[in-house]
Amino acid sequence: MEILIPALLTIITAATPLLFAALGELVTEKSGVLNLGIEGMMVMGAIIGFVTVHVTGSATLAILASLVAGALMASIFAVLVLKFHASQVPTGLALTIFGIGLSALIGQSMIGIAYDGLPVISIPLLSSIPVLGELLFKHDILVFLSIVMVFVVTWFLYRSRAGLILRAVGDSHDAAHAMGYSVIKIRFLAILFGGAMAGVGGAYLSLAYSPLWVEQMTAGRGWIALALVVFATWRPGRVLLGAYLFGGITILQLHAQALGIGIPSQVMSMLPYLATIVVLVIISSDQSKIKLNSPASLGKAFHPSR
Amino acid sequence: MLPSMIKRQTPSKVMVYLSPVLALVLTLIAGILLFLIMGVSPTAALHAFFIEPVSSFYGVTELGVKATPLILIGVALSLGFKAGVWNIGAEGQLIIGGMCGGAVALFFYEKTGFYIIPLILAAGILGGMLWATIVAFLRTQFNANEILTSLMLSYVAGLFLNLMVHGPLKDPEGYNFPESRLFSESALLPTLFEGTRLHIGFLIALVVVAVGWVLISKTLLGYQIKVMGDAPAAGEHAGFSRSKIIWITLVLSGGVAGLAGVIEVSGPIGQLLPTISPGYGFTAIIVAYVGRLHPIGVLFAAILLALTYLGGEEAQISLNLPVAVTGVFQGLLLFFLLASDVLIHYRIEFKKSLNNQQVVKS
Repeated sequence: MEILIPALLTIITAATPLLFAALGELVTEKSGVLNLGIEGMMVMGAIIGFVTVHVTGSATLAILASLVAGALMASIFAVLVLKFHASQVPTGLALTIFGIGLSALIGQSMIGIAYDGLPVISIPLLSSIPVLGELLFKHDILVFLSIVMVFVVTWFLYRSRAGLILRAVGDSHDAAHAMGYSVIKIRFLAILFGGAMAGVGGAYLSLAYSPLWVEQMTAGRGWIALALVVFATWRPGRVLLGAYLFGGITILQLHAQALGIGIPSQVMSMLPYLATIVVLVIISSDQSKIKLNSPASLGKAFHPSR
Repeated sequence: MLPSMIKRQTPSKVMVYLSPVLALVLTLIAGILLFLIMGVSPTAALHAFFIEPVSSFYGVTELGVKATPLILIGVALSLGFKAGVWNIGAEGQLIIGGMCGGAVALFFYEKTGFYIIPLILAAGILGGMLWATIVAFLRTQFNANEILTSLMLSYVAGLFLNLMVHGPLKDPEGYNFPESRLFSESALLPTLFEGTRLHIGFLIALVVVAVGWVLISKTLLGYQIKVMGDAPAAGEHAGFSRSKIIWITLVLSGGVAGLAGVIEVSGPIGQLLPTISPGYGFTAIIVAYVGRLHPIGVLFAAILLALTYLGGEEAQISLNLPVAVTGVFQGLLLFFLLASDVLIHYRIEFKKSLNNQQVVKS
């Protein structure tokens, strides 16, 4: 138990940023847009969140600022893709390159500064349950929020009218357009949501996971989040499962080292990336599953001609 | 009087070439604003970025050194991008190529022979090809998205190199520093001019430009690549094999990226280090786009982006600006290019009446 509980807790913290980013991207992709810029939006969320908490001392403001930063980054993507008809793949890549550069520029004076981390919220009564209380009811606000967002996104996509319209836009933008829905507006909002979620996911890294600023501290998590959406075959519940699975793999390396297993640290660090590949291969090899669940218009440009 | 975008009947040829120029101008304007925000004199900063690095002969040769990997990878990636094959992991193929070539160089430590350099280069190419083979295999056999697999493999490649220079390839007399020995003279690429670092790798890059140009515009394979990118359904109907194109473009770009890597380690670097590239593999994506996915265009684009690397270093030394400015510039350039490209297919009109059915509000 002395080893198990901290291990499980670290899985949760490793999974949370992935969960935010992947849920956001899921909604964006459900609207038919593939944004490869998650890494860039996350890293901007990380630095803006960190700068804000350093300047104002308020974690709430920091989270809000990272949310706005992610959404602003996403809006660049949205304008280019939706208004300027830019191709989605290179635009997303540009967003990542830009975000990594800009965050490093902003974060220059932030290197070497530490932060206490987000305050832990204990839910009264429930958190005093032995073992379970500590695992489930004693976390920072973002861990709780990430779980809540799974339910919110599920409800939104499958139980709300707006979600139905969003999915329609993602499956057939021409049909949705013909029915009078504004494809551009709906996609714009979906992209902004994706950006905001990625921003918060990034903020979790710099405010809670390892509360300091390091250049490129997202270390490919934006890309792993992208793979998680495929892994989940575009279903929010499975994103949760996937994020925790990956959190487990990420954390394996730390604890394997602590236990003194003689595997070089570099090999352990490769695990999340290799696991992403393996998972992607397993899911992708069953094309019928992918076809059934992926938004039919994903990645296709929309040119309203009538 | 709202500006509106009207779809052109045919794409504008002029804008294809004008768009990168427009993008560059916009990037410079954005750069000036950025420097003003940072409290740096824009004239001093732009001078440091774009004039100072190339104001001496040595500076110009350094531009060639930095442009070499970008030219190589840019040309190779253009082929894939044209076919709709997204190899985003050239950085990883570069690293593995550099590592394999470097291992051969270390194997021939303190030996001489005309065959050593060709062997090193061959090892680099093979290494890069092998790394890209994984991507091609997973894509064609299991339909695994090549963007994600190639990118994940880049992270793996970086860690792999790190492991090697901490272990088997570490300098035995290096006081445990994670670096290899310095390569022997016989394993270093000859330089073109005395006292500079410009090496024959630059000439190899020019040859690759020429080969790339012939391949894309004069061969059946080049035609197939273009058709598969523009109209995959038509390509398949014509009997072109999708997986063949995926294999060829990936393995080819992997090999060339590997070549770029080995040219780096046995050229300007001269040993294996934990990091052998400042992100050339990613910057080459921008190079490919700015160069219009055309080998000759890539040559010019690579020189432009090489200048941003040199400029970043110069600005760091003379103005104490962070190197990260380079990344911001590169990202902005690609943004503005993608935005300017709208003018290839659309023209802007200022009209009062918007009853034309093809009008897209902007």
